Amino acid sequence: MQTKAFQKIYTKITKLSKATCSLNASGIGNEELAFVDGRSAQVIKIDKDEVTLQIFKGTEGIRTDAEVIFTGNPPILKVSDQLAGRFFNSYGEPIDGGPEIEGEEREIGGPSVNPVRRKQPSELIKTGIAGIDLNNTLVTGQKIPFFADPDQPYNQVMANVALRADSDKIILGGMGLSNDDYLYYKNLFDNAGALEKIVCFVNTTEDPPIERLLVPDMALTAAEYFAVNKNEKVLVLLTDMTLYADALAIVSNKMDQIPSKDSMPGSLYSDLAKIYEKAVQFPSGGSITIIAVTTLSGGDITHAIPDNTGYITEGQLFLRKDSDINKVIVDPFRSLSRLKQLVIGKKTRLDHPQVMNAAVRLYADAANAKTKRDNGFDLTDYDERTIKFSLDYSNELLAIDINIDVDKMLDTAWELFAKYFTKAEVAIKKDIMDKYWRGK
Amino acid sequence: MVKGKVVGIISNLITIEVDGPVSQNEICFIEHNKEKLMAEVIKISGNLAFAQVFESSRGLKIGLEVEFSGHMLEVDLGPGLLSKNLDGLQNDLDKKEGVFLKRGEYTHALDLDKKFDFISSAKKGDEVHSGDWLGYVTENWIEHKIMVPFKLEGRWKVKEIVKNGNYKITDKIAVLVNDNGDEETITMIQKWPIKVAVKAYKEKPRPFKIMETGVRIIDTFNPMAEGGTGFIPGPFGCGKTVLQHAISKNAEADLIIFAACGERANEVVEIFKEFPELIDPRTGRKLIERTTIICNTSNMPVAAREASVYTAMTIAEYYRAMGLRVLMLADSTSRWAQALREMSNRMEELPGPDAFPMDLPAIISNFYSRAGMVYLNNGKIGSITFIGTVSPAGGNLKEPVTESTKKAARCFYALSQQRSDSKRYPAVDPIDSYSKYLEYPEVQEYLTKNVGDNWVDNVLNAKNWLLRGKEAFDQINILGDDGVPVDYHITYWKSETIDFVLMQQDAFDKIDSITPFKRQKYMLDLILMICETNFNFESFEKVPPYFKRIINILKQMNYSEFKQDNFYNFENELKEVIKERSVQ
Ligand SMILES: Nc1ncnc2c1ncn2[C@@H]1O[C@H](COP(=O)(O)OP(=O)(O)OP(=O)(O)O)[C@@H](O)[C@H]1O
Ligand SMILES: [Mg+2]
Repeated sequence: MQTKAFQKIYTKITKLSKATCSLNASGIGNEELAFVDGRSAQVIKIDKDEVTLQIFKGTEGIRTDAEVIFTGNPPILKVSDQLAGRFFNSYGEPIDGGPEIEGEEREIGGPSVNPVRRKQPSELIKTGIAGIDLNNTLVTGQKIPFFADPDQPYNQVMANVALRADSDKIILGGMGLSNDDYLYYKNLFDNAGALEKIVCFVNTTEDPPIERLLVPDMALTAAEYFAVNKNEKVLVLLTDMTLYADALAIVSNKMDQIPSKDSMPGSLYSDLAKIYEKAVQFPSGGSITIIAVTTLSGGDITHAIPDNTGYITEGQLFLRKDSDINKVIVDPFRSLSRLKQLVIGKKTRLDHPQVMNAAVRLYADAANAKTKRDNGFDLTDYDERTIKFSLDYSNELLAIDINIDVDKMLDTAWELFAKYFTKAEVAIKKDIMDKYWRGK
Repeated sequence: MVKGKVVGIISNLITIEVDGPVSQNEICFIEHNKEKLMAEVIKISGNLAFAQVFESSRGLKIGLEVEFSGHMLEVDLGPGLLSKNLDGLQNDLDKKEGVFLKRGEYTHALDLDKKFDFISSAKKGDEVHSGDWLGYVTENWIEHKIMVPFKLEGRWKVKEIVKNGNYKITDKIAVLVNDNGDEETITMIQKWPIKVAVKAYKEKPRPFKIMETGVRIIDTFNPMAEGGTGFIPGPFGCGKTVLQHAISKNAEADLIIFAACGERANEVVEIFKEFPELIDPRTGRKLIERTTIICNTSNMPVAAREASVYTAMTIAEYYRAMGLRVLMLADSTSRWAQALREMSNRMEELPGPDAFPMDLPAIISNFYSRAGMVYLNNGKIGSITFIGTVSPAGGNLKEPVTESTKKAARCFYALSQQRSDSKRYPAVDPIDSYSKYLEYPEVQEYLTKNVGDNWVDNVLNAKNWLLRGKEAFDQINILGDDGVPVDYHITYWKSETIDFVLMQQDAFDKIDSITPFKRQKYMLDLILMICETNFNFESFEKVPPYFKRIINILKQMNYSEFKQDNFYNFENELKEVIKERSVQ
């Protein structure tokens, strides 16, 4: 650490806990960045002349006479076009062996966009995956997480989505990423020849967990630079937000705050909202779209982390293994894109909303029929047909290995309708039925 | 002026050492660089005041100067509030500069230079009390009454009132004098502290009228009273916001005050975009002309989120005092409760259930009690109908905010995860939900007179079919399709018909999304006729396809213009289908 003239230096720590230290100091600003024995730390509490710092790497081995340097600033990121194609740690320091970034210093976690200056999102994001494009269509400026158990291939699906989507920049915020997954992303981006439009901020499982707390703000500060200053379409990938929330819980616990549900801090909703609400469509054409991962434990979405996330994001994409076809699908029941209304039937074919709903309804009937069958009851002819339909529907549309365009998805659905059902069973508005029905 | 110095900072809770008397809920300003950051005193202990700052506290330091304002958090009330986009502290968002919100930038909610044509109704020598009308100006299309300020107590006389004419809202309109000889100059603007209920009315009767919303599951099954209260709890993604937006588009109200409290910015943008284009079916005017939006989205400061619902309620009370029917919507009241929880935890208060403050039930019921229908001093009626959403953690209704709200609100629109998963929108649970107003004799009388003679009986009858359908469905599930008489299947499918055609409603279809009472009555009569019809089926397997045909035709009717050719064509088709299997 190079000290600068205006920086304040202290050498007398009065209290130490696992993640925090306190000392007497004056003229210190709330949320200011400091270094304790060379480790990054941030001011989280000031009581008269006692300042409490959260030390990201933890306090192990810190002595009471360690050097504490206050920088006079909250954490910052230097932004410029040089960010493109680079890999950084949680502090925004290069980890790819490349040179330091030159650019404008920006405070991370900056102010919110004035709601009246936002534009309504209206640009469709194509992923080729029917479980997304057909049933849960994504739009630029949206924020949406994958909900998945840890054994689901969410990082792969997210990478596919990122590479297929038409965006100017992809910014990856990796939190508690395993080294393997980190290398997976790196190779994938490399091989796709997409490196020039990638920026990565990575905290791996080998790094201290509290450092993760900086990653989303770093990624989003970079995103705002490209979206606002360069009018670019930016896609931000945040994986895994559950590990981010766990780090929040550690800190609030160390601060002796009263936990609310599932040992999470009472402010979890606001903390997560501050990140996700950075997703925005600017009138000038730039946009920030956030696709995140929230890992679940045993599919439980009532746990405080997915629950609060669901209340904040504009839908969720629920991945699960469909044992009938032995493939991972985007579950049509638990998944939702709340912005799809803005594009389906408008930017896509007119029949899109009705076809989507009818297919999901028939799929639900199949689920009921399966329950009936499992309980040992006889199935009606209709039940049998719904089950057959559901297998085809899963295989040809819900599975995540699909890569086709939206018209093809709609045509496939109409084919399946005609194959298994009558017009009355499909029950779609008459004018649309007249135009697209493929059966008798 | 009382001053102080910052001595402690934890997140947005600031401890201030003060040099004089301060009051609970007093507003103060923390001076930092060139910014003045607004904060509210929430606790006092000795010479220490604890304040929640309505902004990010980043960079604040010990020793900063604090100025106390001498008043609580107040809003400005006057002509020009309609169609505004305000934040939780009543700043006009459109007046703020730049794309990003700047800390410490406060903008006036009213346009102080704007002129209105004032027409007086009071004259010199009149005796007046707070809330009495002195005259009016025209705002959009409403007669915006200029009133004796709410805060004037006792009896006053009009000493002077200006001639009809064009005035700025800051110009003198009248001078009032009381028995002590105190004089008060009246302009078109008055101030009121948001956490105090406006009581400038004669009495608050029980609500006795129904407010049409155009949403069938509300109007037909669980009607909302004008001046009534209700709430919509539900897990995320089950349709709380869509339902509130649907209500705000069609409700029979003069004004809509919409508090977007700690929810998504894009949802507010949707209103910004749609309301200037959509037409109010009753007045033929743009929806935005009757709407004021108080917008404190989830990424805006938490303390201001708490203020936002009070700001909205105060504006609603102001317009109610003009004899208007105001509908106030808040999405979501849970975010407001969470804001209270965050502060309470920071102050290390003894927590109640789920770490919410102990007095949460009292705070919620106080708030709901500010709604209601009132007789003003001049005998005219004004009302605030209030519907809030609740976002229960984990979707579990056994949590403090839902339970406290249930005690305070008279209508309960419970959204069910299961219905939403099967896309049965609006996902209002047909069995658990209720409207207490349906039990009020005066409401029943109103419905009989205004909707139809047997209306209430018919509604109860339909509800009974739903219950019977559910029982039949349970039996079928236990005993199997062929383990029960065919009648069970018929009963179940009759209830499904009510569900699909009356309860479910497509909020995104131009026609289906709005159903006036007349049309609701027509459809209810039609469907009850089907329910009362005896059908003949050789086997249970024939039941579902037959009823699906019936449901399909009825849904096509829902999508067609009421009583136009298409509508009648489908109805005739329906009659043919019914003939196929009906028996005398
Ligand atoms: N009446 C309806 N008709 C059609 N779709 C609906 C209807 N109601 C809800 N939906 C669907 O459900 C989605 C979620 O609805 P909404 O945003 O109102 O949920 P919410 O309960 O407010 O969730 P949250 O608590 O997270 O804010 C909508 O985007 C829409 O796709
Ligand atoms: Mg909502």
